Amino acid sequence: MKKTFFAVALILLFAFLMTIAIQMRLFGEPVASQMDDYFIENVQAETGVNNVVTGILFDYRGFDTLGEATVLFTAVVGVTVVFKGALK
Amino acid sequence: MKQMSRVVRTISSLTFGYIVIFGFYVIIYGHVTPGGGFQGGVVVASAFALLLVVYGHNKTEEFLNTNLLSFAESTGLILFIALAFMGLGVSFFYNFLTNSGGLFGHTPVSGVNPGDVYTGGLIPLMELAVGLEVLSAMGVIILVISGGAASIKKKKEKS
Repeated sequence: MKKTFFAVALILLFAFLMTIAIQMRLFGEPVASQMDDYFIENVQAETGVNNVVTGILFDYRGFDTLGEATVLFTAVVGVTVVFKGALK
Repeated sequence: MKQMSRVVRTISSLTFGYIVIFGFYVIIYGHVTPGGGFQGGVVVASAFALLLVVYGHNKTEEFLNTNLLSFAESTGLILFIALAFMGLGVSFFYNFLTNSGGLFGHTPVSGVNPGDVYTGGLIPLMELAVGLEVLSAMGVIILVISGGAASIKKKKEKS
């Protein structure tokens, strides 16, 4: 009973994933590309960097980078508290 | 942790400097070529990890000061936030140095070009700050965890 249940569930999951994989759009062809086109055309003029990814990370999405840096700082604080406080 | 053999120690001493230089190259050229602060910082931290694996915890602690790295980490984060606040005349994270002709202020060529390091305004400075923060944060995490493991081992040997 249990085995047949798992077999059916596995087949259903496989069919679900295969349908998604078949229906997936090709790589590099998104549905809406206005944002990408804007970034690719205007990054060099607006931010002055050649690397589009850096232009987005440090200029358009500066807050995101600030959050990442803060997460790293919090990780360091946590590790230091655990390993220096508990082992003295 | 014990030291590894003499061959491994010699080769890793030779490659250590090159890994650090490559990491700083990735940080400084982050706005022209692929890479950036996070990636370059992690490359430098991997050199620290190499030292830790090869030389063991005690010798690495003599070479890399945890307190100094911790101080550098806080400095990097504060520098990043200060650079973000500098553009507050217009908005938070406003890039006031770009295209201004001053520091890192060359106007870039639109389209395909060989690349100019002196472009980008605040972005290269922010990348330096983030790179400093990431490399010292990863170094502190690696060093503190290995120190904790070493002290656990000592406690077990005592009891």
